[in-house]
Amino acid sequence: MAAFKDAILAGLVAALLALPMLGFHLGDSAQGLQLETHLELVPLAAAIVFAGRLALNLAAPWLAKWKDRAPAGKPKLETGVSRRPLYIGIAMAAAALILPLTPWGDRNILDKATLVLIYVMLGWGLNIVVGLAGLLVLGYAAFYAVGAYAFAILSQMGFSFWQCLPISGAVAALFGLLVGFPVLRLRGDYLAIVTLGFGEIIRVILLNWASFTGGPNGISSIPRPSFFGMPMTASSPGHTTFHEFFDIPFSPVQRIVLLYYVILLLALVTNLVSLRIRRLPVGRAWEALREDEIACRSLGINPTSTKLSAFALGTAFAGFAGCFFATRQGFISPESFSFIESAVILAIVVLGGMGSQTGVVLAAILLVGLPEWFRDLAQYRMIAFGGAMVLIMLWRPKGLLAGRTPTIRLNKGDAA
Amino acid sequence: MNAPLLQVENLTMRFGGLIAINDLSLTARQNEITGIIGPNGAGKTTFFNCVTGFYKPTEGRLTLTPPDGGTWPLQAMQGFRIAKKARVARTFQNIRLFPGMTVLENLLVAQHNRLMAASAFSIAGLFGLKSYRKAEAEAVEKSRQWLARIGLEKSADLPAGSLPYGAQRRLEIARAMCTDPVLLCLDEPAAGLNPKESLELNDLLLDIRQTSKIGLLLIEHDMSVVMKISDHVVVLDYGARIAAGTPEQVRHDPNVIRAYLGADEDEPLPAVVAKDLGEQ
Repeated sequence: MAAFKDAILAGLVAALLALPMLGFHLGDSAQGLQLETHLELVPLAAAIVFAGRLALNLAAPWLAKWKDRAPAGKPKLETGVSRRPLYIGIAMAAAALILPLTPWGDRNILDKATLVLIYVMLGWGLNIVVGLAGLLVLGYAAFYAVGAYAFAILSQMGFSFWQCLPISGAVAALFGLLVGFPVLRLRGDYLAIVTLGFGEIIRVILLNWASFTGGPNGISSIPRPSFFGMPMTASSPGHTTFHEFFDIPFSPVQRIVLLYYVILLLALVTNLVSLRIRRLPVGRAWEALREDEIACRSLGINPTSTKLSAFALGTAFAGFAGCFFATRQGFISPESFSFIESAVILAIVVLGGMGSQTGVVLAAILLVGLPEWFRDLAQYRMIAFGGAMVLIMLWRPKGLLAGRTPTIRLNKGDAA
Repeated sequence: MNAPLLQVENLTMRFGGLIAINDLSLTARQNEITGIIGPNGAGKTTFFNCVTGFYKPTEGRLTLTPPDGGTWPLQAMQGFRIAKKARVARTFQNIRLFPGMTVLENLLVAQHNRLMAASAFSIAGLFGLKSYRKAEAEAVEKSRQWLARIGLEKSADLPAGSLPYGAQRRLEIARAMCTDPVLLCLDEPAAGLNPKESLELNDLLLDIRQTSKIGLLLIEHDMSVVMKISDHVVVLDYGARIAAGTPEQVRHDPNVIRAYLGADEDEPLPAVVAKDLGEQ
């Protein structure tokens, strides 16, 4: 009976929510905007929710039994230490590497994969700051913006993508140091608020300093990357283009493939550097700082410089990603670097499981890839985004792949 | 008598109107265990926080003279520099390990500064140069030796937070020792240990003094630990030193008995207290 009551309540809530969201619709017509009513959808939604909730309630005892039985097969000590085989990562990298060569590697898929890879790279970069060093940063998109604008502005002076890539990273890291120095004495929520503020400051500056950044109009005609100096265009006076050099017919897909490989390379470099640096003294000091700052000080670790190094490295990767973003879009404006960007990147890191490199990839696919695939659903596509978030938090409250791998082992043979 | 290692002169620490430490002077010597005892709130942990740079003393001087030369004015140094340059290590009353990191990683973090120099601020480490790999192997070997000493070799790859309480205490001491200190400050290392673990701790501390030839400062409530292993005991009450000497002397000092057990009503108050109260 309780199950029935609960289901009725859920159905009522669904009806209430569905009334404004599904029942009324603004439609275009010859007379301008008109309110269309779809009241028949409201009871339908309520009925679906009612039936689903009822089924879930009735199945609850059975589900609980199944949940209890599951771990019995394999007694597992919950130690929070995982030992994930390396080959999963290598297989994923290999799959990404050959994607453009496979029949699925058409323009549409590559475009979406490139977008996902940008977020994977940003997630990995932020993972250094949030996952390893434990510094909750809410304004990561600001450094992404700094990288993008550094390239966009330099490109107007005639610099190319490959020349600007390191500069963008360096400029973003410099901003990271400038911001980090005064604020890194703060911790937790306070640091989050200050970095949130910094993110907004950067966006507002970009919006208002029109003579330098183009203001709300942004900066357009940003050059595309070349392939070892060969432009990827149909023809280029004074240069041998890519297709002329290899003597193949020109196709705009070639540029998409190049962009895909560039971001794949950048993302893999980010991954390798963060995997490697985790095993170095500085990486261990980051994790130690996250665990206990006071203990770190008692061991002679300089908290300020250690935090700054994490901040600078993380923001440098945001700068690289921003530079790539600018060259891919060909046009940037402050709108691309709003708070929601920072939130999405942070969500990727948190939902992926703090500090987990593979988790970031999965979360980026779920949070960025899924909504792209559901683009046909028009305004409902954000439901896919929200749904993915809710599902992850329900099933994996610590993130998709929680648990950390030790950076070094003493007893190599033992199954710990 | 051993050479002095830490000289505390007229140390005073005030928090607003509260005087936590009042004109305290004492000397801790090399190769000796100096016990610091006193009732709750006597200022023992505050004293440690002043020595290790977590508090900046209001007044007074703390001078560290390591056996290999040099003098360090600890009252003027920042917290992490005291651990890094003057090589004063400490443990905490409520254990402060890195609970999510493994036991071995905890010991490697303690060797951060040496490894950091060897990795040439991560450049050599990033490319896996031989000099760094050698330094890392040495650090692991040193950790292994310490783990063997505290009997945790088998648990090296477990998260430190999953260890039993007594093992965490021993690990925290080993971690502090991995920084190669000249002075080790232990804040109630026997708190929460059972009698058997307490005895093992005694052996460990005596062993550290024997082999490492360093000075130890020991805050402890467990008299079976303090009286047995301390070479010298200082008793604090209300932030001031009320007695000092060998464990035997301190045990029979009337001031100490009064501080711990309270005074008889007809017994005269100690001179310091009497002056404060304005009595003749």
